[in-house]
Amino acid sequence: MSGSATEAFQFTPEYMEQAKAILAKYPQGRERSGVLPLLDLAQRQLGWVSTGVVEEVARITKTPRMKVLEVATFYTMYKHSPKGRHHVEVCTNIACWLRGSDEVLRAIKDELGIDVGGQTGDDLFSLAEAECLGACCNAPMLQIGDEYFEDLTYETTRDLVRKLKRGEPVKVGSQIGRSGSEPEGGPTTLAEFCTTSKVGGAE
Amino acid sequence: MLQDKDRIFTNLYGYQDWGLTGARARGDWDGTKAILEKGRDGIINEMKASGMRGRGGAGFPTGLKWSFMPKEIGERPHYLVVNADEGEPGTCKDREIMRHDPHKLIEGCLLAGFAMGAHVAYIYIRGEFVLEGQRLEAAIAQARDAGLLGPDACGSGWAMDVYVHRGAGAYICGEETALIQSLEGKKGQPRLKPPFPAGVGLYGCPTTVNNVESIAAAPTILRRSGAWFAGLGRENNAGTKLFCISGHVNKPCNVEEEMGIPLKVLIEKHCGGVRGGWDNLLAVIPGGSSVPALPKEICDDVLMDFDSLKAVKSGLGTAAVIVMDKSTDIVAAIARLSRFYKHESCGQCTPCREGTGWLSRVMQRMVTGEASVEEIDVLDNVSRQIEGHTICALGDAAAWPVQGLIRHFRPELERRIAAARGGRSAAAE
Repeated sequence: MSGSATEAFQFTPEYMEQAKAILAKYPQGRERSGVLPLLDLAQRQLGWVSTGVVEEVARITKTPRMKVLEVATFYTMYKHSPKGRHHVEVCTNIACWLRGSDEVLRAIKDELGIDVGGQTGDDLFSLAEAECLGACCNAPMLQIGDEYFEDLTYETTRDLVRKLKRGEPVKVGSQIGRSGSEPEGGPTTLAEFCTTSKVGGAE
Repeated sequence: MLQDKDRIFTNLYGYQDWGLTGARARGDWDGTKAILEKGRDGIINEMKASGMRGRGGAGFPTGLKWSFMPKEIGERPHYLVVNADEGEPGTCKDREIMRHDPHKLIEGCLLAGFAMGAHVAYIYIRGEFVLEGQRLEAAIAQARDAGLLGPDACGSGWAMDVYVHRGAGAYICGEETALIQSLEGKKGQPRLKPPFPAGVGLYGCPTTVNNVESIAAAPTILRRSGAWFAGLGRENNAGTKLFCISGHVNKPCNVEEEMGIPLKVLIEKHCGGVRGGWDNLLAVIPGGSSVPALPKEICDDVLMDFDSLKAVKSGLGTAAVIVMDKSTDIVAAIARLSRFYKHESCGQCTPCREGTGWLSRVMQRMVTGEASVEEIDVLDNVSRQIEGHTICALGDAAAWPVQGLIRHFRPELERRIAAARGGRSAAAE
C-alpha cells in the first residue's frame, strides 16, 4: 500500500509471471483483453490503481493509456486511492437490506467509528457500501478482500471486526455454520448427496 | 413433485467433493465422447428437443441460439462465452454451480463449444467471485490433466480450451454485448444489435453467450435425452430450474425444482414459509430485481415459469424470488432498486443515463411522501419513455420495478403523499 499517484509502477517478477499467464489466455494481437485482469493484478501488488499502474498496464497490453484509464474508472473494483488493510464492503442491496444490512453497517460503525467512505486512523479498516454481491440466500453479507462473510447479525459482525482488529483468525463464509445456500437446519432435497463428508478436492 | 433422481445439480450445497473424482462419482464426464460422436446437428437437435430456455433471464431457447452459429468455420474462429457475471439482485445460483459443481460447467463448455464449432470458451466471471474463479481454474486444470479438455478432448479429436476471465464490478457486463466489450478490455457498454454476436461477436468473430446454468445443465440433458428434460415442467416451460429464494422467509435457500411449481409451494416446502406465515406476505419479486413485484393475491396461486409470470405482467427472469413480508417498506425497497440502476447505468444512452437518475430522485421523494399525487402518473409516464428506448435492457429493468410499484401499490404512494401534506399543513397552522 504505497506510492504516489504518479510514481512509476512495475510488476515484481512474481506478479509478472502471473501477468504473462493471463495474457496467454488470449489470441495473438488481442493483448488488450488483459487490461481488466492486469489492473486487478497491479492493484493486488500496490493496493490501488495509480497513474503509474495505468501506464504500465497500457504498455504491456499495447493499449492507449486513455483507454486503460477509461476502464480503470468505469469498473467499481478498482480503487483510486489506498484503502485500509481490511477494505470492508457491505452489500446493502434489496436481499441484504430485507434481512438486516442496516444492522451490519451499524455494527461496523459502532465498532470502528467510521462511516461509509471512511477509513480508520491506523489504516487498518476502510468501509464501503456494495451493490448486490450475489450471495442473496446467505444475506446479509459483506466482503473483505477476496472473502465473503455471510448470514451476519449485528453481534457476529462486531465480533468479526473485533477479531480482525486483534489479528485473530476469522471464519470465512456462513457465520451460522451453513455449508452453502441450503436451508438453515438442513436441505429439503438431495438427502443422499448431503450426508457424505467432503473428500479429495474439497476445502 | 420433482424427485432427486431428476435433479441435475446434485452437489448444489457443497456437501461433496467438487473435484474430478467427486464429479465423476456424480455422473459427470460419463460417455462425453459418445455424445460428441452424435455430431453438431445431433447435439443441437437434442437441445432443441429439450425445450430448454436460457437460464440467464431472457428465456431464449438454448438449442435455437446454438443453431445460429455459422455451419462452417471460416477464417474467423468461433467462440463460446459463458456469462458468469451473476449480479442481478436476488440471484445467487451460478456461484453455487461454480464453487460446488464446476465440472458440470466445464463439460458443458466442451459439448456446447463443439456444437457451435468453437475451440475456445471464455467464462466471464464477476470480479467479486474470486474464490469461485480459483475453483473453476483448478477444475479446468484437472480436466486438462485428465485429457478431458485440450488438443484431443475426451479422445474425440476436437481441440477445446476453456479460460476464466474475471470482470471488475459492473452489473452491465451481464448484458451479452457489454460482456463481449469487457472481455476485449474495454468499458462495458452494450453494442447495437444487429449485428448479433453469432455473426460479429468477440474480436469480431462468431460468438454465442450463454448463462452458466444453461451450459452446466446441457451435459445431463444430452446424456438423459431432450425428451427427459421436456417431460419435466410445463409446455413451453420445460425442465428443472434453480430458484434462489431470499428475503423474508424463515429459511432462505437455493433449490432446484420443476418449472411451473406454484410459488406458494416453493416457499412453504423449501423455505419454511413466509416469516410470520403466508398471510403476513406483502409482495414477491419473482425473478430478480428487474421484474415487477407481485402483491400477495397474485402470489397465492401463481406458477413459477416464464409464461405464467408473463401473464401476470412480471417475469421469471433469473428465478430469484425476493420475498417481502408486511413489515417491509415497499416504496423504500423499490427506491433502493432505482438507486441500484442509477449506479449501474453505463451512461451510453441518454434515456437511461438521465432517466435512471431521475427515477431514483423521484422515488426517494416518494418514500417520504414529499411529492404530489400527479407525480405518480409522471413517474409512470417517464419510466415508459426509458423503457424500449435504449440499446440494452437496463433501461427496461430500471423502469419495470417502478411500474410494478405503481400498478399494485398506488394507494400506498397516495397515502404517503397525503400524510406528508397533512403533516406540512398541520405544521403551518
